[in-house]
Amino acid sequence: MGFLTNLINGVSLGSVYAIIALGYTMVYGIAKMLNFAHGDVIMVGGYICFVCMNNLGLPVAVAILLSIVGCTCLGMVVERAAYKPLREAPSLAVLITAIGVSYFLQNSALLIWGADPKVFKSVVDLPSLKFFEGQLVVGPINIVTALTCVLIMVSLTLFTSRTKMGKAMRACSEDKGAAQLMGINVNTTISMVFAIGSGLAAIAGVLLCSTYPTLMPTTGSLPGIKAFTAAVIGGIGSIPGAALGGVLLGIIEIFAKAYIGTQLADAIVFGVLIVMLLIRPAGLLGKEIHEKV
Amino acid sequence: MSMLKITDLNVYYGSIHAVKGVSFEVEEGEIVTLIGANGAGKSTTLNTVAGLLRPRSGSIEFEGKSLVGVPAHKMVSRGIALCPEGRRIFQDMTVRENLEMGAFTRTEEESLEMRKRVYESFPRLKERRTQAGGTLSGGEQQMLAMGRALMSKPKLMMLDEPSMGLAPILVQEIFDIIKELNAQGTTILLVEQNASMALSIANRAYVLETGRVSMSGDANELLHDERVRKAYLGG
Repeated sequence: MGFLTNLINGVSLGSVYAIIALGYTMVYGIAKMLNFAHGDVIMVGGYICFVCMNNLGLPVAVAILLSIVGCTCLGMVVERAAYKPLREAPSLAVLITAIGVSYFLQNSALLIWGADPKVFKSVVDLPSLKFFEGQLVVGPINIVTALTCVLIMVSLTLFTSRTKMGKAMRACSEDKGAAQLMGINVNTTISMVFAIGSGLAAIAGVLLCSTYPTLMPTTGSLPGIKAFTAAVIGGIGSIPGAALGGVLLGIIEIFAKAYIGTQLADAIVFGVLIVMLLIRPAGLLGKEIHEKV
Repeated sequence: MSMLKITDLNVYYGSIHAVKGVSFEVEEGEIVTLIGANGAGKSTTLNTVAGLLRPRSGSIEFEGKSLVGVPAHKMVSRGIALCPEGRRIFQDMTVRENLEMGAFTRTEEESLEMRKRVYESFPRLKERRTQAGGTLSGGEQQMLAMGRALMSKPKLMMLDEPSMGLAPILVQEIFDIIKELNAQGTTILLVEQNASMALSIANRAYVLETGRVSMSGDANELLHDERVRKAYLGG
C-alpha cells in the first residue's frame, strides 16, 4: 500500500509541476524566453486566493476565479513593463530581467503579507476516499489536481491545434517575421501567451497550497524551478512533453523522499535533469534541431 | 496614379547604407522586377515596403497613402503580401494550416474560398494538404509560400527570389504561375537574381547596383541591352 500511496502523491505533485511547466513551455515556445518569474506568479495566485477566502470571506469558486484573473493581469503587466522593451535585446538581458522580476514579486509579497507562513485551507472540502478497507487513503485534492492537469493539457492541445489564435501562436513560435507577414500581431500574441501561462500559474498555486498548506513569499520559487526542470526533461516548447516531464518529476521526487531520504530528494530531482541533458539534450518529446546546411 | 510609388528611399542596417535614394513605381496590373547582383539592396527594398524594416528617409505610397511606419502585420489588410526570401513557410504546420495563416486577417468563409482557389492553382498543395510544410520539396515549398501569400487576396504581391535553389524546370513552372497570377489581376513586384527569367515575364524593370537604381525601362528592351547582358545575363 505504501507504494500506491507514494505513487498517488507523486502523480498529484507531478500534476502541479505539469501545470506550471505548461505555462513555462508555452511562454518559451512563443516568446523564446525563460520567464524565471513564472514560479512567483504561483505564489501571488496562492495569496490572492488566501486573501479572498480568509480575509474577505468569499466563496471558494470566486476566490479561485479572482486568483486566476489577478495572475492573468499580473502576467500581462509584467510582460508589457519588463519584457516587451527588451524584445530586440540579447537573451541574457531578458533572463536577468526575469530573475529581477522574480525577486521583485517575492519582496512585494513580503511587504504586503509579511514573512510569517500563512496556513492555506484546501479549496477542496470533501472527505478522503478509502480503499482496501482503509489501507489506502486518497485525498480528494489529489484527484482534483490530476484531473485539472489532464483537462488543462487537453484544452491547450486543442487550443493550439484547432483555433485560429492557437495556430497563430504556433506560427509565431516558428518564425515571428513570417507570422507578421501573415497579418499576425506578434506583440498581442506574446501578451496572450503570458496571460494564459500566468492564469495556469494561479491554478497551480491554488492546487499546490491546497496540498502543501504553507504559504510564504518564497513558496513559488522552488516549484517554479522544478517545473522548469520538468519542461526541459519533457522537451521545452512541447505541450505533452511538459505534462509528461512534470508528472515524472513529481513521482521521482516523492519516491526519492520515501525510499532514499527527504534531504536528498531535491538533489536527485536536479540530478535527473543533468543526466537527461547529457543523454537527450532535446528532452523526451522535444524536437531535435538539425543544423541546416 | 501609380499603385506603389517609392521616392528617394534610404535604408540603413546600423551604419551600413544599404538602399541609397531608390525611387521606382509600380502601376496596377503590371509585373515589375528589380534585378541586380547579390547585395544590391533588392531584398532590403522589399522588406522595407513590407514594413519589416524602417527607412531612414524617403516615402512609400500605396494607393496614395503612406506606408512608412505602418507595422508589418497591418500590410496584408492594406492589400500587400510579401512572399519572403527563403520562403519561410511554417515547417511544423501542415500545408493547410500554412494556408490558413495566410488568410489570418480574413473571415472563415473567405479563407475557405481562397483555399479552394489556391488548390486549383497549385494542385500539388491539395495532394499534400495534411503534410507538414517542412517535408515538402523545395519547389513545393515555394508553391506553398506563394499560395500562402495569395490567401490574403493581395492587390500587390511581392516575391523575393522565388527561383532560389530550384531546378531549372521548376523555375520555369514557378514563373509560369507568376504570369498566370498576374493575368488573373494581381499586380506583381518581383525581385530576382535570375535576371533573364525575370525580364522575360516582366513589363518593366529596374536594375539595382550597390543600393542605387542604375538603369530602368521596358523589360524587353533591357533584356537586349548590351550592358545588362554583360553584367547580369552572362553574355
